Amino acid sequence: MEITLVLGVPLIGGLLLALTGHKRYAAELNALMSLATFVAAALLTGRVIADGPMTALHEQLFIDPFNVFLVALTALVAFTTALFSRPYMRIEQHHGRLNAARLRLYHSMYQLFTFMMLLCLLSNNVGVLWVAMEGATLTTVLLVSLYRTPASIEAAWKYFILCSVGIAQALFGTILLYFAAERVLGPGGTALLWTHLYAVRHQLEPTVVSLAFVFLLLGFGTKVGLVPLHNWLPDAHAEGPTPISAVLSGLLLNVALYAVVRSKVLVDGALGRNFSGDLMMGFGLLSLVVAAFFLSRQKDIKRMFAYSSIEHMGIVTFAFGMGGPVAAFAGLLHMTVHSLTKSAIFFTVGHASQKTGTQNMADIRGLIEQSPTIGWGLVLGSLAILGMPPFGVFTSEFMVLTTAMHEHPWATPFLLVALGVAFAAIFGKVQPMVFGETTARRLPHPPALVPVFLHLALVLLLGLYIPPYLVEWYRQAAAFIG
Amino acid sequence: MSLANQIVNLLAALLLLIAFAMLSQRRILTLIKLLAWQGGALAASTAIVAYSTGQPHLYFSAGLTVALKVGLIPWVLHRLIDRLNVRWDIETLINIPATMLIGIGLVIFAFALATPISQMASVFTRSTLGIALASVLLSFLMMIVRRKAVPQVIGFLAMENGLFFAATSATYGMPLVVELGVALDVLVGTFIFGIFFFHIREQFDSLDIRHMEKLKQD
Amino acid sequence: MNLSAGIAFQVLQSVFVVLAAPLLMGWVNQCRAWLQNRTAPSVLLPYWTLAKLFHKDAVIARDASPLFRLTPYVLFGCMWLAAGIVPVLATGLPFAPAADIIALVGVFALARVFSALAAMDIGTSFGGLGARREMLIGFLAEPAMLMTLFTAAFISGSTQLTTIVDTLAHRAFAIYPSLAFAGAAFLMVLLAENARIPIDNPTTHLELTMVHEAMILEYSARHLALIEWAVAIKLFAYMTIGIALFMPWGIAAAGDWSALPLAIAALLAKLALAGAALALLETLLAKLRLFLAPEFLSAAFLLAVLGMLTHFLVQA
Repeated sequence: MEITLVLGVPLIGGLLLALTGHKRYAAELNALMSLATFVAAALLTGRVIADGPMTALHEQLFIDPFNVFLVALTALVAFTTALFSRPYMRIEQHHGRLNAARLRLYHSMYQLFTFMMLLCLLSNNVGVLWVAMEGATLTTVLLVSLYRTPASIEAAWKYFILCSVGIAQALFGTILLYFAAERVLGPGGTALLWTHLYAVRHQLEPTVVSLAFVFLLLGFGTKVGLVPLHNWLPDAHAEGPTPISAVLSGLLLNVALYAVVRSKVLVDGALGRNFSGDLMMGFGLLSLVVAAFFLSRQKDIKRMFAYSSIEHMGIVTFAFGMGGPVAAFAGLLHMTVHSLTKSAIFFTVGHASQKTGTQNMADIRGLIEQSPTIGWGLVLGSLAILGMPPFGVFTSEFMVLTTAMHEHPWATPFLLVALGVAFAAIFGKVQPMVFGETTARRLPHPPALVPVFLHLALVLLLGLYIPPYLVEWYRQAAAFIG
Repeated sequence: MSLANQIVNLLAALLLLIAFAMLSQRRILTLIKLLAWQGGALAASTAIVAYSTGQPHLYFSAGLTVALKVGLIPWVLHRLIDRLNVRWDIETLINIPATMLIGIGLVIFAFALATPISQMASVFTRSTLGIALASVLLSFLMMIVRRKAVPQVIGFLAMENGLFFAATSATYGMPLVVELGVALDVLVGTFIFGIFFFHIREQFDSLDIRHMEKLKQD
Repeated sequence: MNLSAGIAFQVLQSVFVVLAAPLLMGWVNQCRAWLQNRTAPSVLLPYWTLAKLFHKDAVIARDASPLFRLTPYVLFGCMWLAAGIVPVLATGLPFAPAADIIALVGVFALARVFSALAAMDIGTSFGGLGARREMLIGFLAEPAMLMTLFTAAFISGSTQLTTIVDTLAHRAFAIYPSLAFAGAAFLMVLLAENARIPIDNPTTHLELTMVHEAMILEYSARHLALIEWAVAIKLFAYMTIGIALFMPWGIAAAGDWSALPLAIAALLAKLALAGAALALLETLLAKLRLFLAPEFLSAAFLLAVLGMLTHFLVQA
């Protein structure tokens, strides 16, 4: 019941806003629908706390400790981003970058995008997951190209082509998976259901499943932004509206990684060795190192934080690749805190670039003088994402690092160097933007700062204290991921 | 081997041949025609698999293939290039014989990859998986070596055809809900591509994606 | 099978090939004329041409070496030998075991080398030009031809043409996708090797485009007649190879006199069909620029390789 509610609300919201998205109250309606989604997700979470995992709709939907917290996180970030997007898009409209028709498209697609991501997470069917993932790509392509500038069209085209190609590989992987599964489960609907697949994972044909995993990793890895499949990511983040950068980084990458990890569990069961883990460790480490070195070369503030997202996805992929309860726990925690922190950063970055009228970091100066809250938000967010204690990112990165030292000592220097380089790059660029002579001007609308500090407070909280039921989910999910 | 089986094999070979023909083709109208033919071969093989395995939902997806991939999408593409007035010959990044040789390499790679799987396939057709993978890779190659936006999209659709072939012929077809979803995605994707052509031309005065290299890696 | 019957069959086939080849040429020309809305020449025109040429006095350049005189005979001999090897009317002929498909391609290559050498022998610019072009086409066409034949050889497990035909003619009905690929490739090679459109135009003497005609420009009278005859036999041989590989039904076994009338009738029908198809193709296609010939032939090679790959994957 709650599951259908979680999916139904954003779908209805998307249709509703397709009709009314250009009206004056559309931004409020958008936020309201997202709030309703969040409430539904909270109800669902409460239900899971009370009753444990469940399936719905003839087993087509399911919820377990692994996806429940991602659903809650997705609904939360979608809601806070909707709050942020209300003043942000008003200001954009005020600046004349958008008209009412575009806003209608924006609001409608925003809700549909939320729906697609929740469907990815909740779907028990691998094929439906694929369809929803492609749907999420299509909706975000329209969102990235919203401004219709040459740069945004180029970014959206690149995003579209690369992700469509990538996702096509994932479909081939899905077909191979079905091919392997139907020999065990028989043809028909059940051969693509995660729950059934997990039950028989030890009987699946190893050759087919490992090949399927390679394709799935390539396909969904493109959406995760793993190097060398990451080319679309900085462009799409930099050229789209900032709320979209926030949800791309904070949510879409997580969801894609979720799909990879789900497939990994299957393959590990079938193969009985860490084939998938090695692949993921390799890709993760490569992404981490490459992104860290690209960070210092960035001039555009949104591009820089996009590379930072690649870097953090690299860390999470690496953590899941190492496997074991501690690393998987750290990976799950890092997914949570990264998406909260990164979306908070994008909120402040969005307002900062609106204030200064540019995304070029050399031209953004003295934020703190004109608007202390935005300036401090950016500083705190950057410190959090760089893994300073006592924020939650520190906890998860520390766990990843210690596990790596213990089990894969060869990887430690790479991790340390990459983290150090990233620290120097981001801190060196954020510091002058925040302090010094100001170039900022007043905004026609008050900025939305509640989401920023809400997210940062949550990240701080997770650094100091993790609620017991969350620990329990992480534990169970980590045990499941292995 | 039964007759149905042989015909599916023949259609599989035809699919591969069309993928190569697309790779070697310089004219955009011919490319669209080839795409429609590929859709036709796909639909025929789906229908035969449906007939010989007695799975009614495959008839449905064969019909869907005909409607979408033989009818609607080629028609939309025709309309688009009429409206955009683009009938140029396509420039390729690598010359065509070299592309063909790379293509052969890809086919060998795909076959090598698929052989261990085909060995254990006691199902209807053991060959189709390799051929499907090969045509996916060939379409991928086509997307890489073509410089214009429309051929890239045709490459994408051809890739989808290859995947669909893998789904129907190698595995008796995925569950219907998945097939419907995939078809919907392809359809929506094509329309978005179509809208994009206009945006790109409006912004760059050309459909040549060489103009779209402003956002460099840095 | 007794030996005398076999030899009788072999002789019969050889004579038949030599006599029927100009007829095929005439038939192709006639079909082409019909398709192009021209008044068709007689089917027998090639015979008259040959007869006319044999009655003329040969003119030979002063600097011509013996190779130049020898070449027409070598060409004629090679083609006749090739046509003798191919199971045209019957399988299991006495000569057949002596040569398999690789030797067959070798015989064609030998003819090619001689004609190129002879073309360069006189030292005219056209000869050298034609020879160079011929070698360019030849070195691209040969691998494609071999690949095509190998595909068929893999199916029957032997490189003996007669075994291949036996296997293919007497199997249960089956569709071989690999043979379809090979057939398309073979057709392309046939067009290129026999100097047909789209690679060469047998009816033109335009120096920019001609390949084969440029090589034989210096020949006259009986030498020219032998070469023309050899060309006709070559086309005949290629067509019969194609028929043998891709539609071998109705062929007789050596010594089986009762099957012979049927075999001849089937062969004539198939040749008539193939000749008409060739004329149709030549009418529909335009000649390619010479620089596109490598592309055409690499496509043929590609098809042949694909056929072989398909054979391995599909096992059919």
